[in-house]
Amino acid sequence: MNTFFNILIDGLAYGMVLFVIAVGLSVTLGLMRFVNLSHGAFAMVGGYGAALLTREAGWNFWLAVPAAVLVTGFLGAALEALVLRHLYRRKELDQVLFTIGLSFVLIAATNALAGPQVQLITLPASLSGSVDLGFRTLPAQRLLVIGVGLMVALTAAWTVTRTRFGVWLRAAVDHSGTASALGIPIRTVQCASFAAGAALAGLGGILGAELMPLEPYYALKYLVLVLVVVAVGGMGSIAGSLAAAVLLGVIETASKYLASEWGSLFFFLAMATLLAWRPNGLLKR
Amino acid sequence: MNTMTLRQERTPTARLTGAPRCAPAWRAPLVLLAVGLVACALMPEQLGLLSRLFITALFVLSLDLVVGVAGLATLGHAALFGTGAYAAGIFALHAFPDPLIGLGVGILAGAALAALSGAFLLRYQGFTFLMLTVAISQILLSLAQKARDWTGGDDGLAGFVMGPLLGRFEFDLEGQVAAHYALAVLVVLFYAARRVVDSPFGLAVRGIHENRARMTALGTPVFARLWVLYTVAGAIAGAAGALSAQTNAVVGMDSLSFAFSAEALVMLILGGAGRLTGALVGAAVFTLLHHTASSINPYHWLFVVGALLMLVVLVSPAKAWVWLRRRAGGAQ
Repeated sequence: MNTFFNILIDGLAYGMVLFVIAVGLSVTLGLMRFVNLSHGAFAMVGGYGAALLTREAGWNFWLAVPAAVLVTGFLGAALEALVLRHLYRRKELDQVLFTIGLSFVLIAATNALAGPQVQLITLPASLSGSVDLGFRTLPAQRLLVIGVGLMVALTAAWTVTRTRFGVWLRAAVDHSGTASALGIPIRTVQCASFAAGAALAGLGGILGAELMPLEPYYALKYLVLVLVVVAVGGMGSIAGSLAAAVLLGVIETASKYLASEWGSLFFFLAMATLLAWRPNGLLKR
Repeated sequence: MNTMTLRQERTPTARLTGAPRCAPAWRAPLVLLAVGLVACALMPEQLGLLSRLFITALFVLSLDLVVGVAGLATLGHAALFGTGAYAAGIFALHAFPDPLIGLGVGILAGAALAALSGAFLLRYQGFTFLMLTVAISQILLSLAQKARDWTGGDDGLAGFVMGPLLGRFEFDLEGQVAAHYALAVLVVLFYAARRVVDSPFGLAVRGIHENRARMTALGTPVFARLWVLYTVAGAIAGAAGALSAQTNAVVGMDSLSFAFSAEALVMLILGGAGRLTGALVGAAVFTLLHHTASSINPYHWLFVVGALLMLVVLVSPAKAWVWLRRRAGGAQ
């Protein structure tokens, strides 16, 4: 029973981290048709930013996290505005190659700037302890991760379905020419949604630093996991990504607890089964 | 609309793929053989690098059949290579050390895995297909890690000694026999692949790449064609794996890894997909670059290859070639 509960909490936290990183990729891939394999690098930039700010510069954790997320967002916006937007109309293979090349360069740059060792984010005292919920005590960090994940999911779903910006985004995706003729600022919409996705990836990199250690190869190491979540959840579907991330997170955690000698076998078996069952996404028929 | 099509016809890529192929199928393999022999004779101290280059070229050639000819983007091609390598290694260790029979076993293993997984994978398209190929290769990797008794796990499969080639040529330390053996297999399979691609069957597959719906309407059995092609590609990848196992006398986990699949894809795009020769050029350029840059510093290597990839996308080789020829005063 105890193991079961631990698996559930850890799996939920892991799934939330995967979701926060994957949601931006799901939007760029599903709504903007841009294959961005450098998405893992944004998570890395966010995590490294927070680690360097808290440890080297001695900033407060609650100040360093928004700063690192903002920096990642600005980096995403700058890249989109300067280079990546020219690739929207190119073939998928071109996009794959360019963004993989970008990841390589970022990995090499990270290693040159910060060294090959694993980076740790200094947590404040309130997060490194545990919280008594009455019937159980849980690590505060896990609770924060789960809470932030739920908040991101709700905010993202609300933004896309309920706000003016969401309407613009969906219009720009459906038919950019018509949307532009109707006076919707397509370029701003695309740039802002890309930047938001990058910022969220940065947030995910910070939240998940305990589960996925920050090192230079981070950008490629966890890219496959994020792509799996996007594929299983269905491109462009926020609810689908959440469901897929939580389900796969729990499966991966359970197999680590109960059958660690099998490696990632069960994770990928589950992925293949789910994809074969619902090729267009978990929540789409 | 009219001007659009006219302009499209004038671009170099349209000319290259649209024109009927006139060169006989044996010419390119013969050139390859000559270049390979000259390289072997000129660089006797680099034979290890050369045989690795030939094996990588064979693997990328097989990938080109799937990605360039059939238009199925895959990131799990290393699964076929690794299966061939492990099959050849295990066969040499437990059954019989003859290289040619081992090569046959590797080919069979690669083809069998491709036929089995293809029957499942080819029901899906696009991004789903891509991710499923990743899943298959990762599942195989986990299984290989688990089956330590057979594969040696993370330590790698070693301890087998290959018998002499054709009962006469012993594998020597300098790699003289290994390099020539790899080159010979590469040339033969390159010729075979060229014949497959130029056959009516190959034309049907290229038609499926260009327009699946139209080929279905014409009565082509799309699934069967792609399945056969995937099996042929699996056989070639298995051959490359078997060669790698036999010439290195060791099989590591990295022969099944995601990174190896991704690297092969990069090589293919670097050289140009869909023309088979591009696969060879890309593999050669990439392997030589890797060899020189990574001997300096592995992270510098990443920087170089990353910058190169971005450059190739921004300034495509075909366009750069046309621009160069214009600057040199040639007409297009």
